[in-house]
Amino acid sequence: MLRVENLQIAPIEFSAELIAKFDDVVSRYPEGKQKSGLLPILHLVQAEFGWVSPAAMEKVADYLNIQHVEVFEVATFYSMYLLKPQGKYFLEVCRTGPCCLVGAEKIMDYIEQKLGVKEGEVTADGLFSWRGVECLAACGFGPVLQISPEYTFYENLTPEKVDKLVADLTAQAKN
Amino acid sequence: MARKLLLEHINVPGINTFDVYRSKGGYAAVEKALKTLTPDEVVEEVKKSGLRGRGGAGFPTGMKWSFLAKPEGVARYLVCNADESEPGTFKDRYLMTHIPHLLIEGMIVASYALGAKTSYIYVRGEMMPQIRILERAIAEAKNKGFLGKNILGTGYDLELYVQPGGGAYICGEETALLESLEGKRGNPRIKPPFPAIAGLYGCPTVVNNVESIAAVVPIINEGGEEYAKVGIGRSTGTKLISAGGNVAKPGVYEINLGLPVEEFLYSPEYCGGIANGKRLKAVVAGGSSVPILPANLFLKTATGEGRLMSYESLSEGGFATGTMMGSGGFIAFDEDQCIVRNTWNFARFYHHESCGQCSPCREGTGWMEKVLHRLEYGHGKMSDMDLLVDVSKKIEGNTICPLGDAAAWPVASAIRHFRDEFEWHVTNGAEATTRNFGLAHYADPLPKPEPAPAAV
Repeated sequence: MLRVENLQIAPIEFSAELIAKFDDVVSRYPEGKQKSGLLPILHLVQAEFGWVSPAAMEKVADYLNIQHVEVFEVATFYSMYLLKPQGKYFLEVCRTGPCCLVGAEKIMDYIEQKLGVKEGEVTADGLFSWRGVECLAACGFGPVLQISPEYTFYENLTPEKVDKLVADLTAQAKN
Repeated sequence: MARKLLLEHINVPGINTFDVYRSKGGYAAVEKALKTLTPDEVVEEVKKSGLRGRGGAGFPTGMKWSFLAKPEGVARYLVCNADESEPGTFKDRYLMTHIPHLLIEGMIVASYALGAKTSYIYVRGEMMPQIRILERAIAEAKNKGFLGKNILGTGYDLELYVQPGGGAYICGEETALLESLEGKRGNPRIKPPFPAIAGLYGCPTVVNNVESIAAVVPIINEGGEEYAKVGIGRSTGTKLISAGGNVAKPGVYEINLGLPVEEFLYSPEYCGGIANGKRLKAVVAGGSSVPILPANLFLKTATGEGRLMSYESLSEGGFATGTMMGSGGFIAFDEDQCIVRNTWNFARFYHHESCGQCSPCREGTGWMEKVLHRLEYGHGKMSDMDLLVDVSKKIEGNTICPLGDAAAWPVASAIRHFRDEFEWHVTNGAEATTRNFGLAHYADPLPKPEPAPAAV
């Protein structure tokens, strides 16, 4: 069961630029069908704030002129919406059959050991968190992981590649 | 060497851009269809081609199109199903990444045939890089007059948009996809009515897979009858196969339907055999939702004939001794792989991805995962195999959408073909978690190559 972390009590504001992106999304659908924009708009919110907070959900509902619960039920149904803050770099490792055939479970163990945090936890410096996810549709190039917010893919993973990846991202965060 | 109808130019530098794609003959199908064919004639060509849906179900595409209701004054929609998330399948992601204009060209032709003025490509949310690639390609096509108002001066208008999903396997089911596109949870709808009558926003809608829509381009360019000459029997044309697991050369291959499975698996042109010189133990031929087959039954049917990569040959013998083409997600298991562990892994996937709408699926997938988990970790009972078969039967056919079947078939087939491996896990308890089974009689019957003689 998913649980929304109600950490963001204070109301939040959407910038004019973000609202303009919402408007662009809604323009893709027939009049009166603006709810179709809900999934893309939640992606935009997550890209902006790093997660989808209850306050943001209410704000999105008001923008789309739909009930708050309609946003809540969508945000909790789909696995991509993060209902609590994650590390700056959120590693999602494919843990499904074809990737496991070529070593995904060992890579997950290695990432846990490397980062020193369990699945779902954030490193002390706030830079990294990770989780296992179901099929990422890159089965021929496993083990694979993707990193939000850009959802960049890293394929044919080895412990050495994970080392480099973590080092590169750490350096990137400092610059 | 098989003819490439979809991937012919895949390795051309810059083929993901409009100009290079156009220089290789791209968008000729749009010109031909919009300028020389009526929408009904386009549908007729697709019917003649014999194209079957490449997403997994294999339903004839032209027939699906011809079912579309056409009431006056009501919008019609084409929605591309790019929610690729079937374990083992990665062809659509590959196609969208490397040759996005092929999909866009197919979308324009198909939308014209169906009378759609607005079409959507529903892309799996995880594929943000592919979403950006498609959006850029759509902007290019629009800029060149192939989308928008009065395309090529023909009077046909079409807007094409990319819709990101939210990460739910169930949205690959067409009615769940439409619910999601309407901004709701991806709960499948009860059919009928089918989308052809009441789809997106209650309007007539066709939902097609990425590869199906891309295949419309060579069908229009070459003509339906010519396309139908490729392939075998009712399995016409080419098919993208995503080869993964323990093959030596994983990747996406375009094959002529009817290629012998032995050639696909062992020839250097395709998979190149099993990685690290090991032997083949089992194959899932069409994505994780289709029955798994031991090597001997995969390479030859129960009657001893060489099996072919075609819808009919792969299903030879029904579920007792056959499997399905499905989405073309080809997963090979080498002799060291544990069938129990992999079956548990797939069961976990389906439990995680069940939308929870139907009790048999919501509860049954959880039961199967739990029982398989205890078997894998050496705490199972001999009665567990019958329990799993019983639960799988109670899920199969008792849900609104096919996810229930997809969850049931891998488990039922694994027990049918590898029951002694499950029993071995029960009798060996904790030892089962540290050893693979690798029964020799499941492995491929081809002789291993003789080692080179030592130098004198």
